[in-house]
Amino acid sequence: MYKIAAMGDRDSIYGFASLGVSIFPVDDSNEAVKTLRRISENGYAVIYITENLAQQISAELDRIKDNPLPAVIPIPGVSGNNGMGMKQVSRFVERAVGSDIVK
Amino acid sequence: MAVMNVNPTRMELTNLKRKLTTARRGHKLLKDKRDELMRRFLDLVRENKQLRKQVEEGISEANRHMAVARSVMSDSALDVALMMPTQEMSLEIEEKNVMSVMLPVFNTKLKTADENDIYSYGFAFTSADLDDAVKSLSDIMPLMLRLAEVEKSCQLMSAEIEKTRRRVNALEHVMIPRYEETIKFITMKLDENERSSTTRLMKVKSMMLEDARQKALAQDREAAAQF
Repeated sequence: MYKIAAMGDRDSIYGFASLGVSIFPVDDSNEAVKTLRRISENGYAVIYITENLAQQISAELDRIKDNPLPAVIPIPGVSGNNGMGMKQVSRFVERAVGSDIVK
Repeated sequence: MAVMNVNPTRMELTNLKRKLTTARRGHKLLKDKRDELMRRFLDLVRENKQLRKQVEEGISEANRHMAVARSVMSDSALDVALMMPTQEMSLEIEEKNVMSVMLPVFNTKLKTADENDIYSYGFAFTSADLDDAVKSLSDIMPLMLRLAEVEKSCQLMSAEIEKTRRRVNALEHVMIPRYEETIKFITMKLDENERSSTTRLMKVKSMMLEDARQKALAQDREAAAQF
């Protein structure tokens, strides 16, 4: 049995609590890395993370990206969408094909 | 391409020929694997992009509602309203094997039977905008889960495709040409050996013949002298 988590600044993720998603409000990147490590070992299969925060800890995300679990999914926060999620999808295509052919 | 460092013997040749057949078969299989993975991956990526667009729109919609709710309610009231969630979502994970890549399949389980049981507060002291915010998030949740599934699958598949592509290329451009060159080298060397031994035999034969002729000639001359 796995759980779902949301990480990011408090305002962006607070609404998810009512849906039964565990929320982990974090503000700085050090804390975020620590929290991410802790929760990915504690039965969370899907972790939604705000794009702003994801950008700050991209090194850590790269480290765990080839593990089958957890799936770390960037989502836009209250401050808006910085296109990181879409860029990530394009990166998958680039990695597999060599150039981004899916527009 | 460099020829491998081997002895030019028949045994080495047989071994190399066997290795070349295996490499060719492996190359064909891996190429098929890469093509099939690529086909599935491209379908999945298209779905991923579409889902992501929908989810991002849905979340910014929900955030707009949330912003309104936050502006009409005090922070503490909002905290209280969302402090104790009634719903709890958990996942059962199955694995799907696609061309030896294990892709996750998520099945959602809810704690309470009614999936609309998402309002963790009484309606008396909260703003209706909060209801909207929670509702719009809950509407987008199935899509978000599907997005998580698809995006993780894309991530895993892209890694596998990269690996397979490298293997295919290594076989095609390094291993197979190297084997072919080495086989050619050994064949040439063996042929050359054969030719040189033939010439040697011919030379020896002609020397022996010449020798015999000289002997016969000498005998003849001796016989003629005694006559």
